[in-house]
Amino acid sequence: MQKSIKKYFALFALPTILAFLVIFVIPFILGIYLSFTKFTTVNDATWVGFRNYVKAFSNKEFLNALWFTVKFTVVSVISINVLAFLLGLLLTRGKKGTNLFRTIFFMPNLIGGIVLGYIWQLIINGVLIHYDLTMTSNANYGFWGLVILMNWQLIGYMMIIYIAGIQNVPKDLMEAAQIDGANRFRILRSVTLPMVMPSITICLFLSLSNSFKLFDQNLALTAGAPAKQTTMLALDIYNTFYGRVGWEGVGQAKATVFFVLVALIALVQLVITRRKEVEN
Amino acid sequence: MQKARAKDYIIFIIMLILSIIFLSPIFIVLLNSFKGKFFISDTPFQLPNGSTSVGLENYTGGVAKTDFFSAFGMSVFITVFSVAVIVLLTAMTAWYITRVKGKFSSIIYYAFVFSMIVPFQMVMFTMTKTANMLHLDNPIGIIFIYLGFGAGLSVFLFSGFVKSIPLEVEEAVMIDGCGPVQAFFKVVFPILKPIAITVAILNVMWIWNDYLLPKLVIGTEYQTIPLAIQYLKGGYGSIDMGAMMAMLVLAIVPIIIFYLFCQKYIIEGVVAGAVKG
Repeated sequence: MQKSIKKYFALFALPTILAFLVIFVIPFILGIYLSFTKFTTVNDATWVGFRNYVKAFSNKEFLNALWFTVKFTVVSVISINVLAFLLGLLLTRGKKGTNLFRTIFFMPNLIGGIVLGYIWQLIINGVLIHYDLTMTSNANYGFWGLVILMNWQLIGYMMIIYIAGIQNVPKDLMEAAQIDGANRFRILRSVTLPMVMPSITICLFLSLSNSFKLFDQNLALTAGAPAKQTTMLALDIYNTFYGRVGWEGVGQAKATVFFVLVALIALVQLVITRRKEVEN
Repeated sequence: MQKARAKDYIIFIIMLILSIIFLSPIFIVLLNSFKGKFFISDTPFQLPNGSTSVGLENYTGGVAKTDFFSAFGMSVFITVFSVAVIVLLTAMTAWYITRVKGKFSSIIYYAFVFSMIVPFQMVMFTMTKTANMLHLDNPIGIIFIYLGFGAGLSVFLFSGFVKSIPLEVEEAVMIDGCGPVQAFFKVVFPILKPIAITVAILNVMWIWNDYLLPKLVIGTEYQTIPLAIQYLKGGYGSIDMGAMMAMLVLAIVPIIIFYLFCQKYIIEGVVAGAVKG
């Protein structure tokens, strides 16, 4: 059978592989190469060694964006997952209207980042105007604005994954704990939490990589204002490429660093998930 | 029994209040889309009344300003064709590399998996240059670009599913005289339907909402909905808030309608994608 399928390589596999090569593989390899060169149009690249990386790491805007992104990611991941888990618990306890509530909480996840950004810009500015302020008066407002936006977008999504996890906890395990005299908090800590660990791992990494790579929401909500203080990594890379002539090489170096960080996060996730699977 | 019922009731009330809070941002935008542009920033939480209401003026003005309907048409065109192409071609590719075992197939498979962890910014600049060079910077070419970028996750999801299909099914059909092409379309593809729905939904959500890729590739000549909305912001921070509110509403409405119709598939698809990815 293999042989007869193999004859149809050009029909089955070639179109996708061709698109993948041209649109991903070649640009990716070219990108790594260009991060070690100075260029403006790809064709005029001259080798500069690690100079772009040195420039990137001594670039105040990049370091500021890195720190802002890390801070934002930590705060968002914790708040999203705590709130989503609590909502999931409540929804699995209640009986009335569970489906309706699930539908409502999940909805913001479908709205695009640019639209989300402008929705929350209106609301946050509307609150701040009472104090004669706007979101761009202080970088803290932009920070918390992004955190609120991200919570609104992702809570429902994470909640649904948690609900699936909670519903998979065997009923007799709960009953056994109850008979042994465990109170509700104890059951949550010693039965529910360990049993939903796989869901927690998934949600942690989903919210982590979504927060870390955020671009559209950042662009629409503050666009980095005031004075680029609320610029996240992805936006800073974009600005370096398209806002600063002669810095394309540095932009590519920043992008490569960004890639390495994202890949590290994914690698850690893979190792943790693998270890869990072995234990089970 | 009585106690359990009371508890149910309390949870229901809490959830109801939370749902209203959750939905309020959308309603606030909707209300403001009927107000004059100078009243929106100052008093966004007041209902439109006689002196602040402008009827549908924001809608007509915004639609004209952004050429919204052609942006809408462009979004539909790019999303529908890209997703159709991705679902069909990546299903075929996944079947091929799963069934034809060998070094080549496994290298290709791991390259697809690897591409899932690479952030867009890494290839943003070089991909845009490549697209320009190959004249892919038009609404047809962008379908090819989305195929290249969407291939990783889609092939990965399809491959996982193909592995679970017993070989005997395909072998039986092929012994009966069907070629691989017929076997795939008559037998394999229908079995793939559940995962194909997941792949389609994940890609629709990505491509419909995508901003940066179309902006860089076709943004100088064509607009999709996210581009049209960002365009309203203008260069110097002066936003026509009235038009902005109306366009936000027009951008959200199709998504909500789509969501209400395919809700079950969307939630299941997104969760399946998350758990396997």
